[in-house]
Amino acid sequence: MYSLRKISLVGVLFLAAMPAWSQTPAYRAPRTADGKPNLNGIWQANNSADWNLQGHAAAQGPVYALGAVFSIPPGLSVVEGDEIPYLPAAAAKQKENRANWVKLDPEVKCYLPGVPRATYLPYPFQIVQSRENIMMVYEYAGAVRTINMGAPTKAPADSWMGWSNGHWEGETLVVDVTSQNEDTWFDRAGNFHSEALHVVERYTPRSADILNYEATIEDPKVFSRPWKISMPLYRRVEKDARLLEYKCVEFSEELLYGSLRKKASK
Amino acid sequence: MTARRSLASITALGATIAALVLVQVAVWGQTPAKSWTVPRTPDGKPDLQGVYANATLTPLERPKGLGAKEFYTDQEFAALMKRIQQGIVPEEADLGNAAPQDVRYDLSLYGFDVTKSTLAPNKRTSLIVGPEGRVPPMLPEARKRNAERAAKNKGHEFDSYENRPLQERCILMAQERIPMLPGAADNNLLQIVEGPGYVVLLHEMDHSTRVIPTDGRPHISQNIREYQGDSVGHWEGNTLVVDTTNFTDLTAFRGSGEKLHLVERFSRPDEKTLLYQFTVEDPATWDKPWSAEIPMAKAKGPVYEWACHEGNLDEFVTILRGARVEEEAAKKAAK
Repeated sequence: MYSLRKISLVGVLFLAAMPAWSQTPAYRAPRTADGKPNLNGIWQANNSADWNLQGHAAAQGPVYALGAVFSIPPGLSVVEGDEIPYLPAAAAKQKENRANWVKLDPEVKCYLPGVPRATYLPYPFQIVQSRENIMMVYEYAGAVRTINMGAPTKAPADSWMGWSNGHWEGETLVVDVTSQNEDTWFDRAGNFHSEALHVVERYTPRSADILNYEATIEDPKVFSRPWKISMPLYRRVEKDARLLEYKCVEFSEELLYGSLRKKASK
Repeated sequence: MTARRSLASITALGATIAALVLVQVAVWGQTPAKSWTVPRTPDGKPDLQGVYANATLTPLERPKGLGAKEFYTDQEFAALMKRIQQGIVPEEADLGNAAPQDVRYDLSLYGFDVTKSTLAPNKRTSLIVGPEGRVPPMLPEARKRNAERAAKNKGHEFDSYENRPLQERCILMAQERIPMLPGAADNNLLQIVEGPGYVVLLHEMDHSTRVIPTDGRPHISQNIREYQGDSVGHWEGNTLVVDTTNFTDLTAFRGSGEKLHLVERFSRPDEKTLLYQFTVEDPATWDKPWSAEIPMAKAKGPVYEWACHEGNLDEFVTILRGARVEEEAAKKAAK
């Protein structure tokens, strides 16, 4: 009896260890002065996830006058299993969102992107680590969030970028994001969520210039189960790389207010 | 988020002013700990990190009657505070949002109660330093430039979004502008976070963020112009020095042009204070550089998200639609 239990315990341990083995071999990142994995730098996704998290073929863009310059690039899925588990009513809403993308997408209006979308927008973002906080500063719309690395705190209010509490699990920065409002989307394909969104992000260094990024997305009002996206993030290695100002408000104004322009008098 | 205006009672206003004064007096009365030294970050850099508020009672420019007097004596300062407490607000004090106005924000209603503001002690008679204590006179060419721009917009203020001020369009709010001048006592927080080789300055107002490299790199190409310019920094002893150029000609800090050159200095004279000093120069606007000094008080935080454009649609549409409706009405009346 004793030996049997022992054997089965070993078996369970072995099975539990399996998935970890099948992942990328462990890489130990350089450390900051206070001994944490050093993720400081400017990072950017290099995929078309912002067009559609799911696998998608190339397609004509919405502005015919721009021809091939603004067509939609093809892309492999960043969603585990390539399925987003919408509840029936939510699936219908996503279709409607997609059909009215240009009118409804908050990115078109230069609104703050929320998490995880901020990560894979086609703009770089910068991680700045201090002992108490980790700042994530995004080039798009000057979006920013402060990740609290101390004892977890509660959001004082819902917001566009949500409330982030972080901690380290070995090499991985784990960020728990809550209190996002319901007005952000996941991509230009109309994938959306409610204010019940809960995102857990994992940033794991894979080599000196690549992070593995994973986000588990949970929203019982919209999805039947949690689902996961993953992608690599690449370091912007060019000399003197930096975030530049991308105040996109002025690029959205004609769209939002152009119809109210004074008509030229005849 | 758009703050709504509402009328506040005179009583609340009086209480607000008194409380502001009491806070400043209380801070004043303390003697700074002499043994205090600036802590270090794990990288060994001076640790300026924290959340700071720049509310102040000190006006930007020195009241003319004070001449070249840069500082109040303790006695004079106490007397000035007493007058303010009695409701006599002389030109020597700048009460910002707490100043008597016909219509003002009811700060208590939205949790921005100014009485909760912290103020750093300031014996200065004006934020601008030096014997003159005032912004130097604008050069004739700059006056002409600014007058021409204003004239071009005159009569067209409501034609289109392009004619509206940057602040109203949520492109550049007064309190996110650099150099940082104290404005209203709400949403006036600055958070400083230091990482290896960078200092992040996050203004609560419109989540305006600067990530400033401190590795001695040069400015970006002059071909790239930015509303908030390009900032590079370095450490001089315990002081962070930030140099900013590459502004746009629309940034116009107090009428400046795109050649505006800003140097800011951040240091911590004591545990509760961040001393913010700046010098601006623009040979196309002023005949000499001018400098100001603003002590900022350590505040509690957190810094809230201040999303401006996201809540601006209804207000902005109303402004422009109002103008179109008026035009239509005028056209009908003329028929």
